[in-house]
Parts: sequence; C-alpha cells; structure tokens
Amino acid sequence: MNFSWMAWTMPTAIFFVSIFALIAAMGVWEYLRPGGDPRIGVLRFETTRGDRLFISLLGSAFINLAWLGLVDANLWWSLALSGVYAVLVFRYV
Amino acid sequence: MDKTWNNKAWFLVLPVLLLVGFSAVIPLMTVVNYSVQDTFGNNVFFWAGLSWFEQVLNSSRFHDALVRNLVFSLTILAIEIPLGIFIALNMPRKGWGVPVCLVLMALPLLIPWNVVGTIWQVFGRVDIGLLGRTLAAMGIDYNYATNPVAAWVTVVVMDVWHWTSLVVLLCYAGLVSIPDAYYQAAKIDGASRWSVFRYIQLPKMHRVLLIAVLLRFMDSFMIYTEPFVVTGGGPGSTTTFLSIDLVKMAIGQFDLGPAAAMSIIYFLIILLLSWIFYTVMTNYDARR
Repeated sequence: MNFSWMAWTMPTAIFFVSIFALIAAMGVWEYLRPGGDPRIGVLRFETTRGDRLFISLLGSAFINLAWLGLVDANLWWSLALSGVYAVLVFRYV
Repeated sequence: MDKTWNNKAWFLVLPVLLLVGFSAVIPLMTVVNYSVQDTFGNNVFFWAGLSWFEQVLNSSRFHDALVRNLVFSLTILAIEIPLGIFIALNMPRKGWGVPVCLVLMALPLLIPWNVVGTIWQVFGRVDIGLLGRTLAAMGIDYNYATNPVAAWVTVVVMDVWHWTSLVVLLCYAGLVSIPDAYYQAAKIDGASRWSVFRYIQLPKMHRVLLIAVLLRFMDSFMIYTEPFVVTGGGPGSTTTFLSIDLVKMAIGQFDLGPAAAMSIIYFLIILLLSWIFYTVMTNYDARR
C-alpha cells in the first residue's frame, strides 16, 4: 500500500506517534485504575483523566501557536511550557 | 448496586472508530503533513517547517477573515435566538394551525445551501430581483455586488431566513413539553406574562436554547456555500469568511501548505469553542 499521498515526514510521524502513545498510556492507566478518577478541580466542574488530557493537549496547541505568533524564540521553550501546563492541569484541574 | 464493567462492549464501537478513522483522522493527519511542507504538484514535497503557521498567524488576511466570521456569527445569534423564541411563543399549541406552522417553519431547513444562495442572489439583484428592484424603486442604494453594507445585510438576512426556523422548532419543542399545571399555578398566583416567560418558559427552554446556540454558532462559523454563491466573498473581501478564504487559498491559489496551516488553526479554534459550549451545557445541567 502506497502512502506517499499522505506526504509523511519524520517530525509529523513522531508527533502522531506521541499522541497515540499518550492515548494508549491513558488506556493502560484506566485498565490499572478504572473509573476515570473524576474530581472537581480549580475550574469548578468535574473532570476525568481523559478530560484532563484533552485540556492539556488543546491548551498546549494554543500555547505553541501563541509562541509562534507572538514570541521570537525557540519553539522548544513553548514545548517545555506546555509540559509544565499539562502537569498543572493533571494536578489541579 | 455495583456498576457492571464489561469492556467487551467496546468492540461494538469498532465500526464507528474505523469510519471516523477513514473519514476524519487520516485526512487530518494528511493536512498536518501538508502544513509543514510545500508542493508544486505530482506528490513532490519540500520541507517548510513551521513557516506556514508563522505566515498565517501574522497575516492580516487571516485576522480580518476571523474577525469577520466572529462578527457574522454573533450578529446572526443576536437576531436568530430572540426572533426564534418570539415566533415559538406565538405559535399555536392546538388546532389546525400547528401542522401548518410546523411545515412552514421546516421549509427553509429543507432547501439545500447552494439553492438558498441562488434564491437570494436572484432575489436581491437590482435588475431582475424582487427585493433589489423594490428597494431601488424606493430610492434606497442597495446593490450587494458593489456596496459592502448591502452585501453584509443580504448575507445576514439570508442566514436569518434560512436558520431561524431551527431555533423556532427547538424552542417550540421545549415549550410544548411544559405541563399545563405550571400555567394554571401561574394563573392562580396572578403572574404577569413576563413572569410566566421568565420563571416557567425560559427555564424549560434553557437546554434546547443552549443546543440552538451551539448549533447556530458552529454552523455560522463554518459558513461557506450561501455567501459564496451570493457575493463570492465580495465586494473586495468584505464578506470573505474563513472557509471562503481557505478554499481560495487551497484551490484558487494552490497554496496547499499555508491552507493546511490555516485549516489546523481554524480547526483548533472551532474545537476550543465547541468544548467551551459543551462544558457549559453539560455542567449547567449537572448543577440543576
């Protein structure tokens, strides 16, 4: 099967493998500790682990876009900032 | 009673996952791949990094289309929601008027988008259209092909004509589900018309109204066909909304890289807004 029309590159492949690995890891986490760990955090509404992953990924996308549009510095910094943001989301949201 | 956990049921979701995979995930992956490359055709691609994203994020063309789209969505919501509630409140609840009104309300929803655009394009023409000729005879300077205000008015009125019915039908469904006992109690208490609306009808319509706002906002934010048929995004670029701009860039100019980057930014904005609406809706219900 020829996938050349999808125009794969190594960085985008790594990006998607990371996303799928995160989702798979969430599946394993759910298998080990079922129930989704629902709780009410700083946003004052109930979130599960899946919600927190979604908020982390969506927020990270906007952090990187804002960095790209507003800050003239290396994008690795915004990736690190996204990591910190994700940790905070999983800890407090 | 303990909840039964049976993960075998997840296999029943597999067909949907396959369908979503082929119709959404694989195309989205391809768009992401395109967004970091440049091409001149023949499946030959050149690495461009994140330059297309930087270009789109700093382009006034994208900013203008985004602002236009937000203004359009907020304008049609400000008109369609109150108008839809008003019409639903005044529709008959019994008798032969009910099916007549329901069919009349459903008619605009059954017309395809491009046909709606064609209807309004002809309707508004100054030379042959009923609306255009009437306004011209009244001395009003109306020409959607040359006047930006006229173009905006036409596009907004067209959307209101097409989609207010949806709000009406949703509100009407909410209203007819209110038991008569509520109205009888209000009558005994001597409640005013406004109090009945504020404390009985509006709370009962709240859920359907949130759905109506979500549907209308998302749909208007992605609007393409109707304004494209009527104005083609003009005059100039005054009615060029995000989707029209995107198609111009991708198909008109064959700038697949910048168009893919713009698609992803557009998708993320819609995803964020949908999530906010969904969260507000579900949490409001949970609190009630």
